Amino acid sequence: MANLFSKTKLLESKIDEYLDHTSEAGLVFREAIKDYLEGRFDEFEERRKHVTELERSADEIRLAVERQLYVETLIPDSRGDVLGILEHTDDVIGTAKHTLMLLSVQRPRIPQELNADYLALADYGCRAVQELVMGIRAFFRSAPAITDHVHKVVFWEKEADKVGERLKRAIFQSSDLELARKLHLGDFVVHVDTLADNAEDVSERLSISAIKRSI
Amino acid sequence: MILLFLSSGLFLGWSLGANDAANVFGTAVATRMVKFRTAAAICGVFVIAGALVSGQGAVGTLGELGAVTALGGSFMVALAAAVSVFLMTRAGLPVSVSQAIIGAILGWNLFTGSRTDLGSLMTIVSTWVVSPILAAGFAAVFYVVARYTIARARLHLLELDALTRTLLLITGAFGAYALGANNIANVMGVFIPAFPDGVIAVVGPIHVTHTQVLLLIGGVAIAVGVFSYSERVMMTIGKGLFKLTPVTALIVVLAHSVVLFLFASERLETLLITNGLPTIPLVPVSSSQAVIGAVVGIALVKGGRNIRFGALGRVTGGWVATPLMAAVVAFLGLFFLQNVFGLTVRRPAPFSLTGAAVERLEEMGVGCGWLEEVRGVRFANARDFGRAVEAAGDPSEDELELLFEAAEVDSFALDPAHLEGFDLAMLDPGRAAALKALARWTFSHRWQLRDALAKESGRWAEAPARGEGHLHNRKLAAELSMVYDAFRVPLPSNAR
Repeated sequence: MANLFSKTKLLESKIDEYLDHTSEAGLVFREAIKDYLEGRFDEFEERRKHVTELERSADEIRLAVERQLYVETLIPDSRGDVLGILEHTDDVIGTAKHTLMLLSVQRPRIPQELNADYLALADYGCRAVQELVMGIRAFFRSAPAITDHVHKVVFWEKEADKVGERLKRAIFQSSDLELARKLHLGDFVVHVDTLADNAEDVSERLSISAIKRSI
Repeated sequence: MILLFLSSGLFLGWSLGANDAANVFGTAVATRMVKFRTAAAICGVFVIAGALVSGQGAVGTLGELGAVTALGGSFMVALAAAVSVFLMTRAGLPVSVSQAIIGAILGWNLFTGSRTDLGSLMTIVSTWVVSPILAAGFAAVFYVVARYTIARARLHLLELDALTRTLLLITGAFGAYALGANNIANVMGVFIPAFPDGVIAVVGPIHVTHTQVLLLIGGVAIAVGVFSYSERVMMTIGKGLFKLTPVTALIVVLAHSVVLFLFASERLETLLITNGLPTIPLVPVSSSQAVIGAVVGIALVKGGRNIRFGALGRVTGGWVATPLMAAVVAFLGLFFLQNVFGLTVRRPAPFSLTGAAVERLEEMGVGCGWLEEVRGVRFANARDFGRAVEAAGDPSEDELELLFEAAEVDSFALDPAHLEGFDLAMLDPGRAAALKALARWTFSHRWQLRDALAKESGRWAEAPARGEGHLHNRKLAAELSMVYDAFRVPLPSNAR
């Protein structure tokens, strides 16, 4: 039995590593936003580079996994689903990297009173990503916990939407801010919120693929 | 000439390989779990192994339905079956070689006026119904067990994939073995009665018989069919009826193989008998029906949705059409072969109510007073004899059976020189001694030779057909058949 699985174990560990990268990118993203909001720009840059590195490495792993799945015609029945999940998960890390890069380039000035909500937005996005990663791991082992994780991803995405709406209202109702700055700040609400949206997109695919996976 | 006659059997074997072997690996290849080349290689090797090791059980049952007694007849029967299967396969329908060959044998019986053994026919036809139901049952149980086990085992998707692939290869090999064991009867069964049964070579401790050579040739023909033409049918099987996942594909192959094995294994039968359990008839069943049964079984457990009833209907239609088509083709073909090419399509098998036959019948409690008009008349075949008997009176089914057995004319001479050349080592020692004691005797009915042998030694007597007696009787029948073939004196072809 061990011999039978020796080849697949290597591929399994690659997939696990890819998911570790995704989870870590979510956590580092939240810490980076926190550093930015609290004015620790050097630390912020460190974390941004970390996320960029995670994204690059995750890309390499994903391509290697995809190649192996095709070349060895593994899991022919669920290959399409698995590739779809892995590729869309890549969007999650991509969004984290892209948002941090925009922050680093544009350096928007965020009013102190909005800090808590921006941080909550990043936190909910991060939680959605963590649940997504657990859901994907459950998918590979056909565990019934998939639905729990998918449910939590959706929950955190909704929470993020609520905070995002509240932030936008606060920004655009403020009399102290110019329209250009309002638009700029509003834009960043959308960027940070996209992380949770991406996680939800993948979780929807995941729940459909899980139904198909039942024998 | 023999090769020319055998060619239709090879064609039939090829058709079986192209068509039925697809059942074994079709689902695995169609779900891309196993490469076609790998599947074909395993299938070829194990089909031949199954044919050689366990192929003889089902051959016997087919012989009982109607023993095609001349090579010309065997040629046409196999050709009719092969043509029917080929045409159906071309139409993309997974047909059954079993049904085609049965149809063709019935065509031969009809043409030559031979009797169709209704008991054997009923056994065979009932397995056509039973085997898909059995396959559905097995598949449903395997599916439930697999679902439970997979849910508990928490295997990684990739581990499940690797395990399924390995199991598909193992069950596929088992399936190919079972197919060879069960279906070789379809390919070579009609040729076996036409060849004298006896040893043709001795290789070390192995006595090679005509039958074994025929089984090997048939197995090779099936393997060639697998390699050359089965890929397309595999795709139809795997995708046409119901969408299968790799695990369900595995279950289908397993259920199919178990069913074929149950209907082919002499060892299993022996095991059941020695444990006092009821046995399963050794009959060539349809692997197509087994696969379809298994697929439907799984679909029903899953709630009965997604079954493409249209495809199922088309397949079932093919089952009815195949034997009919094969019977018609065989009948017409035999007519041409006999009347246009002047070939012998049957060994003369006349019937005559001789004095000895009447004596035997009266001993068995069948009075023959009403058969005055039939007595001493020689009838060309069973049909004519049966008509004459029924015109004379109204015998019961059992009486009719005894009348046919008693009146069938055959001719045997236990010539001492011939006895010298006969390999007595193939027989049970007690039986061999009894046979030697009958040197110089001649017989004009098969039952006369059998009774004479039984009188010489109790070893030649039939045992009650229960438990071990069943095994004894089967071995006895095989040895009797060898003796019949060895000492038969050909009747003149105009014997009427």
